[in-house]
Amino acid sequence: MSASSNTSLEHGEGHGEGGHGSFRTYMIGFGLSVVLTIIPFWLVMNDVLDDRLLTVAIVFILGAGQMIVHIYFFLHMNSRAEEGWLAMSLSFTVLLVVIVLSGSIWVMFHLDENMMPSHDQIERVKALP
Amino acid sequence: MSTETVLEPQDFYVRQAAHDDGEHHHETGTMLGFWIYLMSDCLIFGTLFATYAVLGRNYAAGPSPADLFELDMILLSTFMLLFSSITYGFSVLRMDKGDLRGTLLWLVVTGLFGLAFLGLEILEFSHLWHIGATPMASAFLSSFFTLVGTHGLHVTAGCIWLVVLLVQLGRHGLTHENKRRMMCLSMFWHFLDLIWIGVFSFVYLAGVLV
Repeated sequence: MSASSNTSLEHGEGHGEGGHGSFRTYMIGFGLSVVLTIIPFWLVMNDVLDDRLLTVAIVFILGAGQMIVHIYFFLHMNSRAEEGWLAMSLSFTVLLVVIVLSGSIWVMFHLDENMMPSHDQIERVKALP
Repeated sequence: MSTETVLEPQDFYVRQAAHDDGEHHHETGTMLGFWIYLMSDCLIFGTLFATYAVLGRNYAAGPSPADLFELDMILLSTFMLLFSSITYGFSVLRMDKGDLRGTLLWLVVTGLFGLAFLGLEILEFSHLWHIGATPMASAFLSSFFTLVGTHGLHVTAGCIWLVVLLVQLGRHGLTHENKRRMMCLSMFWHFLDLIWIGVFSFVYLAGVLV
């Protein structure tokens, strides 16, 4: 085991950065993922915080953090991999997803607001001459 | 060795002897192409997440997420997927060392964790179905089943791919082509875990809270 890991270490170094990672990077990624998974579940399942919006914000931030951990430690993505094309296509995709998500939520929220007449709106229309 | 490499005809099909020195340069096209496929898949999930974000509060007098979701089961399936990610990583590390048996062993473990995740998801879906929370019940449940079901189908496809890869590895060993396939499935598998982070944060945890 130790003898083979010695040779593979040299082999792994020869592979260059952005290759398949090492035992160490996988374990760091795994440890961070476990922590970043347990904290949001703990927060929600035990109702730790009184402020629900704050809890949602923390859950989202930790989720985004874990995604970055996965991309870096498991998918071995960095700004140099494949001469930067991975980072380029990833940032373009993230931009599109952000536009689609925030745009949909924004537009549909306003649609709901304007389609659902509130009580005083109805009264105002009734009172029209 | 080197003279053989020189005599080897240069064509699209990368041969066994030609890659011992510069393995990564030949893989570039495939890995970049597969990455771009993953990005397009990411857009599919992005639109499904947007659909859920818009429709996820329309219960049509039916059940809400707080009534339906059992978070301890979700935590369990999250860990199944996370364990399968790290065992796939171990498999790749064994592959780098040229250890076929270790590679196959860790791949089988990965597949078992993937199947455990799928089993938990099927249990959850059939439970929801039995208590009447079908996709037909409300817009929330339609978008929920579409998003989570699409992820589940991806994991199913990954499991089938994994079985095919096990057969290929068993028949041909750690050839260059099989290593490339290993790395493609590795990206696919870790990508599915990444999407699941979005699912459990956005659908389950935030759904129960709001």
